[in-house]
Amino acid sequence: MSARSSLWNTAKKCVTIGLIGVTVKDRYVSIAAVRGGSMSPSLNPVTDEVSGSRVSTFDDYVLVEKFCLGRYRFSHGDVVIFTSPTNHKERHIKRIIGLPGDWVGISHIDDVMRVPEGHCWVEGDNLLSSLDSRSLGPIPLGLIRGRVTHVVWPPSRIGRVKREIRQPTVPSY
Amino acid sequence: MALRNIGLWAVEGFELAFSLAKFCCCIHVTGSYAMGPSMLPTIDLNGNVIIVERASVWLQKVSRGDMVVLTSPEDPNKQVIKRIVGMEGESVTYLIKPGESDECQTIVVPKGRVWVQGDNIHDSRDSRVFGAIPYGLVHGKLFWRVWPASRFGSMCNV
Repeated sequence: MSARSSLWNTAKKCVTIGLIGVTVKDRYVSIAAVRGGSMSPSLNPVTDEVSGSRVSTFDDYVLVEKFCLGRYRFSHGDVVIFTSPTNHKERHIKRIIGLPGDWVGISHIDDVMRVPEGHCWVEGDNLLSSLDSRSLGPIPLGLIRGRVTHVVWPPSRIGRVKREIRQPTVPSY
Repeated sequence: MALRNIGLWAVEGFELAFSLAKFCCCIHVTGSYAMGPSMLPTIDLNGNVIIVERASVWLQKVSRGDMVVLTSPEDPNKQVIKRIVGMEGESVTYLIKPGESDECQTIVVPKGRVWVQGDNIHDSRDSRVFGAIPYGLVHGKLFWRVWPASRFGSMCNV
């Protein structure tokens, strides 16, 4: 009898922890691993951009804040994590270069494009090896899952992820 | 003695706060949305209460014919309810200008995206306007209508 009730208590505790964990992860803050060198040198810096060989053998872990998802108000240069528009199970970390209404230059076809309402233009810091809006197109803001604020691992790289404004975008008038 | 009372009172207060937090977390897992005319006559404008579940979306058990809640690709602050008319890889045929002409267009839904339309095709901003949407924008599946009582029942095959 007492074994069953203790099992029931454990089950109740698991559900409670699960509920609280999901809520905190969805609404406040979570930790994410950075894979790949597309955001070098800000995240996962590489020594050689062509070969992609990394400075450190360990991937960066970053703090992702979810408060920005209340109003979806982002600034140029924010590093965000978003679900891929071609595969909802994948997440990418890139920097916002263009906000709705901005004109962005697409260099490989020498053209400019206006970022539609409700979308943003993202690019990696390491343009040589980054899968971003240059191939995926503008990303709907609804796919963004959080903003990257700090690196929390490895200890030598703990610090703020800075907002960097990059020139190629023509601001909207 | 007084210290012990304070201790008990603190524990009780903490347990109350904890229960309140649990309740708020349950609310987080549910939600409420305002309706427009795009899903008439399935969902009318008179304050329907429908239970939305998120498990099907997470387990990818949604398919053509399901009504889903999604974040609008035109405004991330807006949640809209539409019906899935085509999953990735399926081909969708739709009237370009319903009511004015019979001209149709057929497209194949790209990978990772779904084609959504409102039931009221004459007054609905959906994939015919903004294209197939990424599956990551879909948040919940309409499961059971609770109010009005005359239309109480499952939202599948409706």
